[in-house]
Amino acid sequence: MAIEIRDVNKSFGEAAVLRDVSVDVASGSLTALLGPSGGGKSTLLRVIAGLERPDSGQVLISGKDATRLPPQRRGVGFVFQHYAAFKHMTVFENVAFGLKIRKRPKPEIKKRVEELLELVHLDQFAARYPAQLSGGQRQRMALARALAVNPEVLLLDEPFGALDAQVRKELRTWLRRLHDEVHVTTVFVTHDQEEAIEVADTIVVLADGVVQQAGAPGDIYDNPASPFVMRFLGPVTEIGGRLLRPHDVVISTEPGPGTRPAVITRVVRLGFETRVEFQVREPGEPGEEHPAWAQMTRESAGRLSAEAGTEVHVRPSVQAATVPAS
Amino acid sequence: MAKHGMRVIVLTYLLFLLILPIGLIGWRTFGDGPGPFIDALTTHSALHAFQVTLVVAGWAVVLNTLFGVLAALLLVRHDFPGKRLLSALIDLPLAVSPVVVGLALILVYGAFSPAGGWLEGRGIQIIFSTPGMVLATVFVCLPLVVRSIVPVLEEMGDEQEQAAQTLGAGGWQTFRRITLPGIRAALGYGIVLSLARALGEYGAVAVVSGRTVDQTQTLTLFVEERFENFDVQASYAAALALAVIAVASLLATKLLRPKDGS
Repeated sequence: MAIEIRDVNKSFGEAAVLRDVSVDVASGSLTALLGPSGGGKSTLLRVIAGLERPDSGQVLISGKDATRLPPQRRGVGFVFQHYAAFKHMTVFENVAFGLKIRKRPKPEIKKRVEELLELVHLDQFAARYPAQLSGGQRQRMALARALAVNPEVLLLDEPFGALDAQVRKELRTWLRRLHDEVHVTTVFVTHDQEEAIEVADTIVVLADGVVQQAGAPGDIYDNPASPFVMRFLGPVTEIGGRLLRPHDVVISTEPGPGTRPAVITRVVRLGFETRVEFQVREPGEPGEEHPAWAQMTRESAGRLSAEAGTEVHVRPSVQAATVPAS
Repeated sequence: MAKHGMRVIVLTYLLFLLILPIGLIGWRTFGDGPGPFIDALTTHSALHAFQVTLVVAGWAVVLNTLFGVLAALLLVRHDFPGKRLLSALIDLPLAVSPVVVGLALILVYGAFSPAGGWLEGRGIQIIFSTPGMVLATVFVCLPLVVRSIVPVLEEMGDEQEQAAQTLGAGGWQTFRRITLPGIRAALGYGIVLSLARALGEYGAVAVVSGRTVDQTQTLTLFVEERFENFDVQASYAAALALAVIAVASLLATKLLRPKDGS
């Protein structure tokens, strides 16, 4: 394990931000700490970096107890959401900073910095100041700066949070490729489930200071441990007191085993997918109706000839992952 | 029209308060050519007063710079009980009259106080000598460096410093390589403000110095003493010299201020 976190607790004043958090991060993995804002994920990352000290618990980095080590002796690279670029230094000097502190010989520094600037596609910008770079470029510079000292783990705090949607998507793919090239154990914080699923090979869902679930993205998506995790990882709807993904709803014109009667209220076509909204009637509770929706391809919607007012019968599909709604 | 009106008001205000008095001093001083001016400033008393002023202002600026940076870092980067009280205390010298400061210092360090007596027993004289004048000047200049730096430190945030730490920099390295370059312009401005204020300090120094000619007489005290003794020429010459030094140091900061990053 590259990072082991054992029963970490942390409060700011009265507010408990982390409660008995234990997480293992495998060497060479790309792990996402995913959760709503205020859930404690940034604090956990800062505890790993040594920028916050836990009230109790242990942090092990590469098997060594690092709980009491100051940040400069942990061998971690940290990338901040707002880049934390050294404004008075050029791109080259920024990336060279950690090596200069380590008093490496000048030719070695120059070689390493040039390598890294090439890696992050900033070799043309070595002499510029951060103020002359775009947000995406600054974040790539910050990444190169963190990588320069060969950290044992790389920590990224909402690295793409301050960038616009287009650049965000580009950098996401690029980070995944970079990780496949560099293989440094990486932990990044995000509140965007799509980002986590796309980039990470392990996701740790953190909310209210507690680890809700940890595992591979597909696993968590298919077998959520709680209604919260299910809601957080993607769209959900409710049928018969259970939460399920809208693409796991089967609509038919005839009643069958386990179906519930419903009336379609709206059909929306979104390109290749069709969104069918309906009111479900729960059997045994006459007059009780609640809204739900299904996601299907245009073809299957066509076969149904679904339109507002049609009486249909709905049920979860056989392989649907469901959790109790409350 | 409103714009012109505003300009006229501001310029008239400055004319009567600033330009006219200082201009007149210059005109009076050089009324008989530069000869009397140079003569008045090269007397033994004048030269000595220059020297005392430089020593006192120099020490005060050095001490206040060190203390100011420390206090600003404490106020912005740390949380501790009594922080607001410290912040208020630092502004106190702006509110208290310098004369009161001088009297207070005599109460604490005068020869008849416990602290002053104890020090005097060990051959250290504070009041009526240079240490007392430095203390008085330090006190009146106290907020200037702190208040110049604090907003810049706040705006800068601590992320750059944290980034430096994760890259392996210790406390001193982080300060020297990241914090100091970040506040350099503001610090320079604060130092010059302190210097200008220290050079011109009169009230507190007048009380604690004992105004002994050729011993504890600073340039401002020299101006006043010459004026009282009807040596108007020397008085104006020294006053002009003071004003020129102050203006020159203010101009120096404008020129020294580096272009920020870009």
